[in-house]
Amino acid sequence: MTAIVAETPVVTEVSVARGYRFELVKLLSQWRVRLLVVACWLAPAVFVAVVSRQASLPVDTLFGRWMHATGWAGPLVLLGFSGSWALPLLTSLVAGDVFASEDRLGTWRHLLVAVRSPRRIFVAKALASLTVILLLVVGLVVSSAISGIAVVGNRPLIGLDGHVLSASDAAGKVVLAWACALAPTLALAAIGLLGSVALGRSPMGLLLPALVALAMQIVQMLPVPVAVRLALPGYGFISWNGLFTGPAQLKPMLIGVVVSLAWAVAATALAYHLFVRRDFTNPAHDGSGRRAIVVGALPLAILFGITTLVVAPATGATGSGIEQDKVQRALATEFAHLYRLQTTQLNRPGVTEQQLQTSAACTKGGDQVAARGPGNDWRCVVSWHVPGVAAAGSAIYQLDINPVGRYVADGDGPKEVNGYFLVRTPAGDEPNPLWQFDGSVELLPSTP
Amino acid sequence: MDTPLAVRARGIRQCFGDVVALDGVELTVPAGQVHGLVGPNGAGKTTLLGLLLGLAVADSGTLEILGTPVGRALAVPEGVAGFVDGPGLYPSLTARQNLAALASLRGAPALGIDDVLEQVGLTDVADDRTRGFSLGMRQRLGLAAALLTKPRLLILDEPSNGLDPAGKHHVYGVLTRLAAEGTAVILSSHRMDDVEALCSEVTILSTGRVAFSGPLAELAGENDELGYRIVTSDPRAARTVAGGTAGVRIVDEHDVLVIAATVPVLDVLVKRLVQADIAVRELAPVVSPLEAAFLALTEPTDLEISR
Ligand SMILES: Nc1ncnc2c1ncn2[C@@H]1O[C@H](COP(=O)(O)OP(=O)(O)OP(=O)(O)O)[C@@H](O)[C@H]1O
Ligand SMILES: [Mg+2]
Repeated sequence: MTAIVAETPVVTEVSVARGYRFELVKLLSQWRVRLLVVACWLAPAVFVAVVSRQASLPVDTLFGRWMHATGWAGPLVLLGFSGSWALPLLTSLVAGDVFASEDRLGTWRHLLVAVRSPRRIFVAKALASLTVILLLVVGLVVSSAISGIAVVGNRPLIGLDGHVLSASDAAGKVVLAWACALAPTLALAAIGLLGSVALGRSPMGLLLPALVALAMQIVQMLPVPVAVRLALPGYGFISWNGLFTGPAQLKPMLIGVVVSLAWAVAATALAYHLFVRRDFTNPAHDGSGRRAIVVGALPLAILFGITTLVVAPATGATGSGIEQDKVQRALATEFAHLYRLQTTQLNRPGVTEQQLQTSAACTKGGDQVAARGPGNDWRCVVSWHVPGVAAAGSAIYQLDINPVGRYVADGDGPKEVNGYFLVRTPAGDEPNPLWQFDGSVELLPSTP
Repeated sequence: MDTPLAVRARGIRQCFGDVVALDGVELTVPAGQVHGLVGPNGAGKTTLLGLLLGLAVADSGTLEILGTPVGRALAVPEGVAGFVDGPGLYPSLTARQNLAALASLRGAPALGIDDVLEQVGLTDVADDRTRGFSLGMRQRLGLAAALLTKPRLLILDEPSNGLDPAGKHHVYGVLTRLAAEGTAVILSSHRMDDVEALCSEVTILSTGRVAFSGPLAELAGENDELGYRIVTSDPRAARTVAGGTAGVRIVDEHDVLVIAATVPVLDVLVKRLVQADIAVRELAPVVSPLEAAFLALTEPTDLEISR
């Protein structure tokens, strides 16, 4: 018998677009993903609405103390939380599972027969999980911003150096800050893909982004050199802070974004490399193994090493990046801005920053210790001049500077300047902007 | 001569490390045939069906599917459908959604979904999530998914697993109709009765080699010794007659006489019994010819013909 076939069968290719839609349908049909979508679009609104009405504000989180003052503080407080918890967890639950779920369900062979190309399956899965993650992140921003504006109002925001950002300026920076945080989120998502491919059914695959994020957060809290800090993708969750100083600290922010995107690309490429070489004929074998882990982890470690070596000389970053003159400059500037704010509050004649000629003199832990590096033992004396008054004013601040350059300044002086949390204004008691405030020391030598 | 071949496999060899899963396998299946693949666990059935689906390529040998030579993985021509090791279903989707998602993946209109669900008898549960589906329901939905692609070669790995009589009825009906329309169906099974009921030809695999391939009728070769149960009016006399007939081996003689004999010898025995005035009330093979051949070919040392 010989084969005589009238029509020549052709292999119709399943396009990436159709594969993408298939993956989206599968993702969005999972109750877990649906729950996440609902939570990301509702929970922030509820959170901002509730907290903004409370008497005690989350002052430990950046911009928390301004939640009564403007609706734009809400999305930023949420971003502070999200960088450490929500975003790593979201990427874990979405990207950490797109490949592993097919292992769990035993559907690889089925999918391969249907799509006929591991490459297209990979691209479709990566794009679909990216879409869902974007949907969740957009939900967080939109929900918290709408709620903040509705409950508190579309009002100006006080930046991290005390200057006033108009409402529209604040809105733009909030969006920009979240966009910045998207870069490390993508890096975590890519690590999730990699974990999902390399670790197969093991629950470690699902948890990998969250664990990596946690590890990076711990590193950020340690007194490591600036170059190491900037070479980790987790720094992107912090570097947006620099947007809220004037001038904005663009350099660390851009480095944060670029490093994060480099990790995202590298981890995705590794996941792809592992995936297309996987043997799908054996359902018992999920592609995991020591080799997969080595192939996955080693290049990322090398990437980290290289970035550290590139960042250090390129930025001139040395040590902790927190030095006496930088702290003094940051504090003096912020004090001047906030002093003007207080002046307006008290209905006193207006002054300008130039007129105030503010200066700060800081020491750390007494005279024995060199004044550099993070710690809660910074002590500064701020002096300023009021036009028409001969004697210079002076106030003391205790500074708690954390390793990423953020500080809380705690006023310790005359009640009517910075010694008490309220000031008496013609309109009644109001929160005293000079009593306690958050600020940021730029870790890199200078902003271009 | 004129029937186009759905599958033409020659000298297929497939190894997994030291394990030789398939060794010189030849398989010829014309269009419109239901072909059974049987063999003990680990014989290589799933491996062979996986090759036909294009999940892997053989280490050596040639494979032509629907007239097209297959040279690399995932390159089998359009028109091949089916599943190995259970159907792939997404538990968070309903039966209908599973089929619709697959249809849209292939860019096909979701027209035939109700029809295929009807064919496999799943209309009632079409809008239930497949999370709660039983094994039999999953098998049927897997078949429905394959039908959706209007296959010309259908590959099914143990499709009758977990099917209730009604499910079996549906599946048999579908496969028979498909074959009548010219689709080749290759199915593996551990149920000899299924294979006998459905397949016109079988291939028996044993540790990766083809032990037999051809029409079922050829299996029950005239000269193979098979076991028969004979119920007579006088068992003791019957036993004596059987004992005196050349070529008859007595296996059991308690209530019912069980003998092993070839077909010609059996003919002689029956004639003699009747001549000796012994009525033959029942005469039946102990195991079906396929099962006997299966056991004989796959476990030659351990041939067991008993009740
Ligand atoms: N991916 C694989 N890696 C290693 N060995 C494999 C793989 N797939 C199959 N084998 C081996 O090949 C042989 C044939 O396996 P196969 O699954 O084809 O048998 P089968 O006939 O389908 O068995 P069953 O009746 O149990 O389903 C077995 O020895 C099995 O261990
Ligand atoms: Mg099998």
